[in-house]
Amino acid sequence: MIENFSSVLGGFGELYWEGLLLTLQLSALSLFIGFFLAWALALVLLAEGRAWLKIPARAFVYFMTGTPLLVQLFLVYFGLAQFEAVRESFLWPVLRDAYWCALIVFSLNTAAYSARIFHGAMAETDAGELEAARAFGFSAFKRLTRVIIPGAWRRALPAYGNEMIFLLHSSSVASIITLSDLTSAARVAARGTFHFTESYLTAMLLYMAMTAVIVLGARVAEKYAFRHLRGVGG
Amino acid sequence: MLYGYEGRFLGGMAVTAGVAVCALVLALFLGLSGAAAKLSGNRFLRGAAAFYTTVVRGTPELLVILLVYYDLQGLLNAAREGLEYEEVWIIPPFWGGVVGIGAYYGAYMTETFRGAILAVPRGQSEAAASLGMHPAVVFFRVVFPQMLRYALPGICNNWLVLLKATALVSVIGLSDDMMAVASQAKSKTRDPFLFYFAVACGYLLFTAVSDFIFARLRRRARRGLA
Repeated sequence: MIENFSSVLGGFGELYWEGLLLTLQLSALSLFIGFFLAWALALVLLAEGRAWLKIPARAFVYFMTGTPLLVQLFLVYFGLAQFEAVRESFLWPVLRDAYWCALIVFSLNTAAYSARIFHGAMAETDAGELEAARAFGFSAFKRLTRVIIPGAWRRALPAYGNEMIFLLHSSSVASIITLSDLTSAARVAARGTFHFTESYLTAMLLYMAMTAVIVLGARVAEKYAFRHLRGVGG
Repeated sequence: MLYGYEGRFLGGMAVTAGVAVCALVLALFLGLSGAAAKLSGNRFLRGAAAFYTTVVRGTPELLVILLVYYDLQGLLNAAREGLEYEEVWIIPPFWGGVVGIGAYYGAYMTETFRGAILAVPRGQSEAAASLGMHPAVVFFRVVFPQMLRYALPGICNNWLVLLKATALVSVIGLSDDMMAVASQAKSKTRDPFLFYFAVACGYLLFTAVSDFIFARLRRRARRGLA
């Protein structure tokens, strides 16, 4: 077993390292972009009236959370290329590239899941907090930025931490559209060495390490977000 | 509408649903066993269950599907050589996918069931035990029915995620599920958008049907409560 591991790492160590970097880059960038999209979507879902904005937003979230990520990826990567209008547009250099397709789809996907989390957290705002803010003469904008969003962020943190892990794991489908991410490295190493167990286990360990970092990060963020509830000196 | 692929596509929907349902059964079984192990007094069992859930929940489902499929095959080959059995037996991708997905979501089900069992007040099982019920009877007559009510929302969530994971089974060579039919049709007709959109609609339909069934199940589980 040990010799098999060393032959996997000896032959393909660099591939794993590059795959790890690509997985990290794709996940971190899509989480970053998706985070802002998600708040925008969540605010649209929360706003009263504005059906012309709300219905498309709801449909988007329903579609993105109700279909597999791989299908969404194929729709963009293979599907859009068949339209003349897409191929002739200025977006073609972007949409032709597997990396950009993955980045766009992952961002939109995590935006939809996170929007559901943020929207739920904002809708749960305590009525008394809003009343108090109104009594202090806070404008609607100030109520949103000083009361609703900070409170919602705290409540959303545990679920959002899970969504970050979920996206990291889902990003492994990038390997299916030829991107050399961590999963792809494992598949190449498995085919090259025939040590299937060791090749996949190596990638699993690296994913587990990244997951552990997210779990710890979320725990620290939660502790910080709830610092006002800690006792003096605690 | 689908260039004559309608029939095969419907068949693909059935295969996809078949993978999902079989994987669900396995995941529920593993989840119950895992929860029982986690709550048992045996340190070895507890450790094994903790290892199982930690590893699985730290890795992508695609990797677990690949690992399970190729490793099961390797184990089978080794066993065949050990037994000096001539015939090569290749695992059908359908069952490879079922085992991979079932094993993956079994870990999530373990957590769901563990929480649900702990949510049943202790007094319930104590009262049952004091009536002289056998521990197995206590579990199946008293704890299990009440636990289901707490577990149902988690089971629903896990099912919806599991359902979408079936899109990955074509990666290990399943050739007649929705994704595989769409990929074959795509190459023939050069209309990938239509076919992948049809797959998306198929999954949305499955999700909608699941939501409907779960709403009824939840109502049923709550009967007898105010």
